[in-house]
Amino acid sequence: MLIAESLTKEYSSGERTLAVLKNVSFAVQPGEFVAITGPSGSGKTTLLGLLAGLDTPSSGRVILDGADLSRMSEDERARVRSKKVGFVFQSFQLISTLTASENVQVPLELRGEVGAERRASHLLERVGLAERGTHFPMQLSGGEQQRVAIARAFSNQPSILFADEPTGNLDAHSGERVIALLEELNSESGSTVIIVTHDATLASRARRQIRLADGIVIEDTGAPAQAA
Amino acid sequence: MQLARLAWRESRSTRRKLFLYMSTIAVGVAALVSIDSFARNVTRSVREQSRAVLGGDILLTSRRPFAKETEQYLDSLDSVGVRNVRLTTFPSMAVVPRNGNTRLSQIYGVGVGYPLYGEITTDPPGRYNTLQSGANALVDPSLLITLDAHVGDTLKIGYGKFVIAGTLKDVPGASGLSSAFAPRVYIPDRYLPETRLLVFGSTADYSVLLKLDAGADPDAFIKPFRARLRKQDVQIRTVTQAEERAARATESLANFIGIVGMVALLLGGIGVASGVRAFVARKIDTVAIFRCLGASGNQVLGMYVAQAAVMGLLGAVIGAAAGVVVQFLLPLAFAGMLPVDVHVSVEPVAIATGILIGGWIALVFALRPLLALRNVSPLQALRRDADADVLRMSWRDAPRMIVNVALVLSVVGVAVARAQSVKQGVWLAAATGVVLLVLALVASALAWVAKRSVRAGWPYVIRQGLANVYRPANQTRAVMLSLGFGAFLVTTLYLVQNSIVSDLSVNAASSGANLLLFDVQDKQAAPIDSLIQARGFKVTQQSPVVPMRIASINGHSAESISADTMKNRRAGWAVRREYRSTFRDSISAGETLTAGKWFAPDSGTRNSFAAGDTGEVSLDAGVAGELKVKLGDEITWNVQGVNIPTRVTSLRDVKWTRFEPNFFAVFPSWVLRDAPHQYTVLANVPGPQSVAIIQRDVVRDFPNVSSIDLSLLTATIGKIVDRASTAVRFMALFSVIMGIPVLFSAVSSTRRERVRESVLLKTLGATRAQIMSILVVEYALLGVLGSLTGLVLALGGGWALVHFVFQVKYSPDYGPAIAITAAMMAIAIAIGVIAGRGVFKETAMTSLREN
Repeated sequence: MLIAESLTKEYSSGERTLAVLKNVSFAVQPGEFVAITGPSGSGKTTLLGLLAGLDTPSSGRVILDGADLSRMSEDERARVRSKKVGFVFQSFQLISTLTASENVQVPLELRGEVGAERRASHLLERVGLAERGTHFPMQLSGGEQQRVAIARAFSNQPSILFADEPTGNLDAHSGERVIALLEELNSESGSTVIIVTHDATLASRARRQIRLADGIVIEDTGAPAQAA
Repeated sequence: MQLARLAWRESRSTRRKLFLYMSTIAVGVAALVSIDSFARNVTRSVREQSRAVLGGDILLTSRRPFAKETEQYLDSLDSVGVRNVRLTTFPSMAVVPRNGNTRLSQIYGVGVGYPLYGEITTDPPGRYNTLQSGANALVDPSLLITLDAHVGDTLKIGYGKFVIAGTLKDVPGASGLSSAFAPRVYIPDRYLPETRLLVFGSTADYSVLLKLDAGADPDAFIKPFRARLRKQDVQIRTVTQAEERAARATESLANFIGIVGMVALLLGGIGVASGVRAFVARKIDTVAIFRCLGASGNQVLGMYVAQAAVMGLLGAVIGAAAGVVVQFLLPLAFAGMLPVDVHVSVEPVAIATGILIGGWIALVFALRPLLALRNVSPLQALRRDADADVLRMSWRDAPRMIVNVALVLSVVGVAVARAQSVKQGVWLAAATGVVLLVLALVASALAWVAKRSVRAGWPYVIRQGLANVYRPANQTRAVMLSLGFGAFLVTTLYLVQNSIVSDLSVNAASSGANLLLFDVQDKQAAPIDSLIQARGFKVTQQSPVVPMRIASINGHSAESISADTMKNRRAGWAVRREYRSTFRDSISAGETLTAGKWFAPDSGTRNSFAAGDTGEVSLDAGVAGELKVKLGDEITWNVQGVNIPTRVTSLRDVKWTRFEPNFFAVFPSWVLRDAPHQYTVLANVPGPQSVAIIQRDVVRDFPNVSSIDLSLLTATIGKIVDRASTAVRFMALFSVIMGIPVLFSAVSSTRRERVRESVLLKTLGATRAQIMSILVVEYALLGVLGSLTGLVLALGGGWALVHFVFQVKYSPDYGPAIAITAAMMAIAIAIGVIAGRGVFKETAMTSLREN
């Protein structure tokens, strides 16, 4: 379970302070498929960064499976990420010097696990890229790169997966395939999936939508049920 | 393990780049390994050959024939079976009667069995073994050439006649230089009396060489006799002392060029640091992904430190290999300057230390920029900030401070290890620090001035080029440091060399006369004078020479002073030595009075010295210091058995490097007029042919008189200086070569941003010419300022070195120094443009794809 509690994030530029997120609160149950939407500059990416423990809030707390991320050091949060969190980025963010298979293995290798190679080929098979394991990112299309990224995101069997505009750099067909894959893996593995997007079609595929504007939650389709 | 594998995989495509950066250390290691290996070769050769250099285990030398007591001691050695052999050396004219040609030579009268160690080889071979069979002579090949003589010719030395049996090929311990002043002539010593040259006042060294049983300690052997021999004015040298002395001499040479090695290493370190900075900027994206995927800051750091360490070590190994190659070339650069034949061999210790020190310096310098990778936030994977912002580190960051301290300690450590003393090492490190600091300050000042001086009305390319100097992520400091330091180093080496060389040449040229005749007996002075004048040449100076010793100072006898050096602290050599003094009534051109008054005006006409008189004496200020004598002190001189008391009435500063007769002690003529004396005569005889004629005629009429053509001496010194200059130029070239990869490294540290930006400019419609102009403006500015700062620092550094270390007059030669500066500027612009060539290769499409 992921809980955002009165999250506020401010940036100071010179003497002015700019609040990007203001008092944002919500809770996400295990296995949920949530879309965070909103126009450019509404604070989506900032919120994602806080939820995933990439950054710390100016005030408020992020609690993942009972642990308060906002009180942890940078390295403690890194450990949490390596165990529980998966990432999918708009620009794929594969490491260009590693092959597809090696990219998938990175989270496991960072944890010092054995059998990473077998698990990587299994995951690549699952995303339909069994034959492309030895290829470097440059040799893959955008859609294929994003599927490798998804395989990497699931390699450590995360309890929660964050996706930042996962279809933003893809054509409609490839985008559709990526969404379908995320949905399948969500129901198969029971991992929570949180997508940040301004694509209405993609957002509509989620069972719950949290809409942001100017750093404030203006709509949360799942909230009433949770509150009750 | 997994992390190591990951680090290895991750390095896949950037491995070559990183290797390139880390390998700037290779040049430093090459310098270090070649220099240290060669120094070890020299030291080893010195140790191996020092017995042969000395000619025995112990060498006893006297400036006059051995006293009776010493002879008795030598006889006693015979009876206990210690082998000993005589050697008598002195300068004399060698004459070929067939053609009348003459040349000052060094005569070696050798006893049967000389040398006790080592072997003298000849051409034709085996002639040394038959030298003792008759009145034979073996000579340096150069003598045959100057005398236009052949093997088989008769050679006249004094009144003795010898047959030239062959030429000397290899004489142990003789460097090429020793025979340059006077070629050697080896003759059997039993024929010495026939020369009739070893007469009163002649300059000769009488030596005995001893050979002990194998394993015997020469110092322990001679110890019981030391005091007695010293009393007889016998100088003692043992093979252990000779070893130490030779080792010290070569060590200081090694120390000097070792400092160049250290500077090379530091330059390499700076190259590594700026190269790795470029590498780090390139890795921000990857590190951000690693961080998102759960890598800790230390895991990331560990991965890249491991990569850097491996590449640094590899660079060091390659540098060591190159160093070994250079090591085999070094003997060519130093040919003829070393006291022994150097056997060049691979030195594992020097190679290992070179690799370790080089690897360590590379790692420490790489660590500083690498540390910034710890701070790369995973947020950078979502939203990328500018490189400089991402990599910004607080100066209070503890690991950073530790690395900084390690860096300073490493530099000081290397400096101290390479310098002659801890003090010098610390000075060296501090001086390096000051130079780097000044360069860094100038870089900051340049950025500051550039920012404030740009005017909107200036052409765009100039504004953009200037902006590159101060904008965020600029390379101003990196380029200034490497370029300025390179220019500083090369120019300093040049200026120092030039000052030393011109000091020598000034002295050689200052004295007008060129022919020096010495060992002229009292009765020969007048006829020689008229001989020279009759041929139309001028005698410029005729100095009487009276040999004497100090009998007492202020009533304390020389013996008691010698035995009591602890209390009086008078230098023993100055008290015991033989003084070859002169008498005259005026001060000479090469001297200046520093204290007291010159002799009374009536001293020229006064009656000669008689019992009860006290004479005056003028001392060289240096020797007065050694003797701890001041104005008014009384010195009694033993002039061939007659004691002459004198009072010190003046001190002189003598320019010893002038090629003319100089004297420690000068007396007014009335004091020494009646003492037995001989003369040195200085004449102005221009042209080698006239010199040859005079030399021939003098030696025909006065075989005991030696003469030397000082212009020949000047030429010889010129040759030595040329050799030294070759060595120095070699080092300078070495440092220039070293500077180039460092500069490349510095430029590439911001190349990525540069290319990215230029491609954007191209997208916006900039032509290649415009982009090129922007680059040229920037690098010209950096090049001009960097090299000029280096030049100014070098003028200061050169002055300090010349003034404090070499103690000669500072005479900088601005022409070549400015040429070096101009060359460095050109190199900077060329490197900037070459490094910017990537900009022209990339199409404008790249910028679209990147975003």
